[in-house]
Amino acid sequence: MIEERFDAIVVGAGMAGNAAALTMAKRGMKVLQLERGEYPGSKNVQGAILYADMMEKLVPEFREEAPLERHLIEQRFWMMDDRSHVGMHYRSDDFNEERPNRYTIIRAQFDKWFSSKVREAGATLLCETTVTELVRDERERIVGVRTDRRDGEIHADVVVLAEGVNGLLGTRAGLRARPSPDNVALAVKEMHFLPRETIEARFNLKGDEGVVIEAAGTISRGMTGMGFIYANKECISLGMGCLVADFQRTGQTPYGLLDQFKSHPSVAPLIAGSEVKEYSAHLIPEGGYKSIPQLYGEGWVVVGDAAQLNNAIHREGSNLAMTSGRIAAEAIGLVKSRGEPMSATNLSIYKKMLDDSFVIKDLKKYKDMPPLMHTQSQNFFLTYPQLISKAMQNFVRVDGTPKVEKEKATLKSFVKARSWTGLFGDACRFARAWR
Amino acid sequence: MNVEPPVRVEDKLYYNRYLVDIGHPHVKVRAHTTPSPQLLALLKACPARCYELNDDGQVEITVDGCIECGTCRVIAEPTGDIEWSHPRGGYGVQFKFG
Repeated sequence: MIEERFDAIVVGAGMAGNAAALTMAKRGMKVLQLERGEYPGSKNVQGAILYADMMEKLVPEFREEAPLERHLIEQRFWMMDDRSHVGMHYRSDDFNEERPNRYTIIRAQFDKWFSSKVREAGATLLCETTVTELVRDERERIVGVRTDRRDGEIHADVVVLAEGVNGLLGTRAGLRARPSPDNVALAVKEMHFLPRETIEARFNLKGDEGVVIEAAGTISRGMTGMGFIYANKECISLGMGCLVADFQRTGQTPYGLLDQFKSHPSVAPLIAGSEVKEYSAHLIPEGGYKSIPQLYGEGWVVVGDAAQLNNAIHREGSNLAMTSGRIAAEAIGLVKSRGEPMSATNLSIYKKMLDDSFVIKDLKKYKDMPPLMHTQSQNFFLTYPQLISKAMQNFVRVDGTPKVEKEKATLKSFVKARSWTGLFGDACRFARAWR
Repeated sequence: MNVEPPVRVEDKLYYNRYLVDIGHPHVKVRAHTTPSPQLLALLKACPARCYELNDDGQVEITVDGCIECGTCRVIAEPTGDIEWSHPRGGYGVQFKFG
């Protein structure tokens, strides 16, 4: 056993873990952070978009120091069928501001930097260390962790579980359930390298401007899923994700889906001639509000993806991770400053603080969206995109057919595919879940 | 429908950097004679195609190319078909970009 005793042990050096460790270290607490990868970031996978507001609360000067890729000035949503896409684009010069709102980042590089700030603040980081078990005392309180190092038992007043979506510790200890196939998505991603001028020309960008494309439709073959294309400085992050339950049900392969997305006529020209340098995969929490587990207990709290804190509708996860990590750390700091023990009763303040933040408020707003999207995936990801694409083609193609007849044909195709009651029901269900 | 173009996953995994912990696979398949539906699903769902059917019709795993996503754990750990742990500290895939 390691004799040294810590105020807190943080398991994991991702967004949530780094936010928690940094916040506690800044308060002068004695923090040990454990990471199983060779270096912080080496096991972390994300699209990735960084949200400046939440980052500023942790490291105000991050814009001068952090390895950022491009600040986003444009968002494109594509609804795709096999040969076309119907798009909604929002681009604004307002986003070329002094303190931009969102950036693309490359996680392995960003996390390395973020971790350096955590260590500067005084936390101790131990890499290449897999935590195998939580240690309990005779009263079943969590009092530390066991690692795969020799003499690997380490004690602390509180353990912060920032172990990610696939965290084993909390589930093995019975603190929360293992994610189920219908509340996690599997995303696969490739990094496509191109000269920066090529990227800027293809995406209509200048300097460090960036763009994000999010795509849904027949690319997921009737499964609940999405594709994404993020422009970095000298590479493009391109990926595709679908619900694990859908993969299991359909027998579709993730790499087959990814390659099909890459060869779509709207996508292929963007990555033509690129050199791929990495292929990764990651689970994404998709269950929303209803899948959030118990967030605290005797001597422990859980933060970030491990707590399913991900907004699937807005594709936001890392900001919820950072914020939950920071708030958990502030709650722990509060309990400590009062000189009280890290009991479940005292740590419940973490949940109260989180409930008052955008994290839980946003997830609550969309609490009915995941079940709707997951059960109606054929309609929302296959039928409607096909109908809308056909309607658009009918609208723009000039072939001598009178417009009245064209409109009738479009309406007829919708009613034939979904029936009046179906269309009305889908609209109501969607509106109700969005509200 | 759904004519899938042949995708060589090995070519994709070739880009990645791994530190293989020889002799210590972090995922194990329980011995079986006939694979369960969950195990069979892994043949397609694993993004690194770590699972393959042997000549006797049983599902086998080679973890060397595993990208540690956890998909197989979510599908086949509840039934006891597989045992899933993280690789020992420092081993497994090491993402350069992530």
